[in-house]
Amino acid sequence: MRPLVSRAHALDLLRAMVRISRFEEKCAELYSATEIRGFLHLYIGEEAVAVGVMNALTPEDAIVATYREHGHALARGIDMGRVMAEMLGRQEGVSRGRGGSMHLFDAATRFYGGNAIVGGGLPLAVGLALADKMLGRDRVTCCIFGEGAVAEGEFHESMNLAALWKLPVLFVCENNLYAMGTALDRSESQIDIHAKAANYGMPSEAIDGMDVLETEAAAQRAVAQIRVAPGPVFLEFRTYRFRAHSMFDAELYRDKAEVEHWKERGPVKTLVERLEAAELGNHDDLGAIETQVDAEIDAAVAFARAGTLEPIGDLTRFVYAEEAQNARLAVIPRVEPSA
Amino acid sequence: MTTITYREAMRQAIRAALQRDPRVFLMGEDVGRYGGSFAVSKGLLAEFGEERIRDTPLSESAFVGAGIGAALGGMRPIVEIMTVNFSLLALDQIVNNAATLCHMSGGQFNVPVVIRMATGGGRQLAAQHSHSLEGWYAHVPGLRVVAPATIEDAFGMLPSALEKPDPVLIFEHALLYNMKGELPDGAGPTDLDRAVIRRPGRDLTLLTYGGSLFKSLEAAATLANDGIEAEVIDLRTLRPLDDETIMGSVSRTRRVLIVDEGWKSGSISAEISARIMEQAFYDLDAPVARLCSAEVPIPYAAHLERAAIPQVENIVSYARQLVARNV
Repeated sequence: MRPLVSRAHALDLLRAMVRISRFEEKCAELYSATEIRGFLHLYIGEEAVAVGVMNALTPEDAIVATYREHGHALARGIDMGRVMAEMLGRQEGVSRGRGGSMHLFDAATRFYGGNAIVGGGLPLAVGLALADKMLGRDRVTCCIFGEGAVAEGEFHESMNLAALWKLPVLFVCENNLYAMGTALDRSESQIDIHAKAANYGMPSEAIDGMDVLETEAAAQRAVAQIRVAPGPVFLEFRTYRFRAHSMFDAELYRDKAEVEHWKERGPVKTLVERLEAAELGNHDDLGAIETQVDAEIDAAVAFARAGTLEPIGDLTRFVYAEEAQNARLAVIPRVEPSA
Repeated sequence: MTTITYREAMRQAIRAALQRDPRVFLMGEDVGRYGGSFAVSKGLLAEFGEERIRDTPLSESAFVGAGIGAALGGMRPIVEIMTVNFSLLALDQIVNNAATLCHMSGGQFNVPVVIRMATGGGRQLAAQHSHSLEGWYAHVPGLRVVAPATIEDAFGMLPSALEKPDPVLIFEHALLYNMKGELPDGAGPTDLDRAVIRRPGRDLTLLTYGGSLFKSLEAAATLANDGIEAEVIDLRTLRPLDDETIMGSVSRTRRVLIVDEGWKSGSISAEISARIMEQAFYDLDAPVARLCSAEVPIPYAAHLERAAIPQVENIVSYARQLVARNV
């Protein structure tokens, strides 16, 4: 087990995870109150992956995430109010209300979605990394997907291309054991996912995804490796989704006992226990963080509710680029010599 | 004025784009060492190197998606797919990603990618290499769909496409690559929003594009011998459709034959016909007529393939019936 290095850092990690879990609980509540509609996929149980991985990235790096991406967006530093406004379909939302829960986008933090076709984000990440390599930019593209994506052809095509072209991609597989309701061992002949990636000739590791100190350290190692020796690295985080797949899921496919077993290893619980064992903190710290976070969430909800609805006259905007976007794109960048 | 092939015109356009803008690169199956499955990129590898003339594995979804990702990342990729039939392996990337990202992100991200592919039949390549599915792509908001049918457009559409901040699909009819023609000195970018009248006429309008253009022009020449003056419109762009040019011609000739190598059912010809009903119904002296491919997967045997695809004599015959028809 990795030693706790400092109280301050541990509390930062704890806060980041609590922000996600409390935000998700609020989303579930607003869904029940019909303020949020459409599909809503909650991330509770997997917080350690998003927090650990995002901590390893710089602002110049890019992220391509999944449709279960609220946690990634918050950990990346996207404003909680604008994320919540997106959930409520307001034009103050990160995607102006055009994306919703599954399609959070943010150019400022290089957050390229919110992608809801399983496996569909992987080729995009390969391309973003290709652009960085060709333009001589020292950046990493972090591509997040679930273990369900591993069954898609796009997964294998993208693994091959990234390894073949030695592209700076951090592949982050969130293995929560269920692709919607289909268990990994019911859908894959080889359930050791990181072994699949290794076959493509890239460094690959399986990590305890419930321990944020482990996820952070693994992501830092991987990113450091990509920066010194360009080429993809694959991390399989073994984690678990505590809540249903979406709000329509009756969870017929797994035992309550299994869920309870994993909850015993919940990332927030695990970190608090580590703090206590090291005598660096306790439940009071968690309570204080929860109080602060709840205030932030209340403010985010208030911001979202106060948001405005885009006029229907603007419905067809952004199907094609507008003039300002066009002008921005016309600038030819300076190409750095390839590394 | 120089005489070159359609293939050479396309190659010159790619070459000029690579010279002009360091963000431009070409990627696809066999575009490098092989020289392109239709030899469009022959010689470019030696001039520009492996980084910019990039051979890919047989992974249409990954390399088309990588083109979209590279476009998001600031590059101006030209992605070549061997044929439109193979593009179906990349349909997810084109329809779910390229076409949606600008809108879904509230205008934060653009996908300035150009995807070129061969289309059409006539070479006895049977049902998995011969179809004309460009009309499908024209169904999708967020995409631009163009079909160069002349030497000048083969040269001029690519630079225009690269200037667009949105994804542009270029459909090159495979029978056109060997076609020779004049490239005027100083030929430049083509307007991607406009159809063009290739031959003016007063008696009927032949609305067509791509590989059916030269057939329609030949048919018009035959018809002229009988005193029937057909106006031939090259649509050039299937999305957006240039309604103004289409309706302008309809209002002059009052009779329309749409010639399209795609199938009839649920097609671009159906869309054009519907628009004419909506916008120019009272200008018509006869119902809109369509000559399309037979509703079969394109067969191998030469006589069957020929029978399946619109030919000059069919155009002539349909046109005569249309003009003879009194309403």
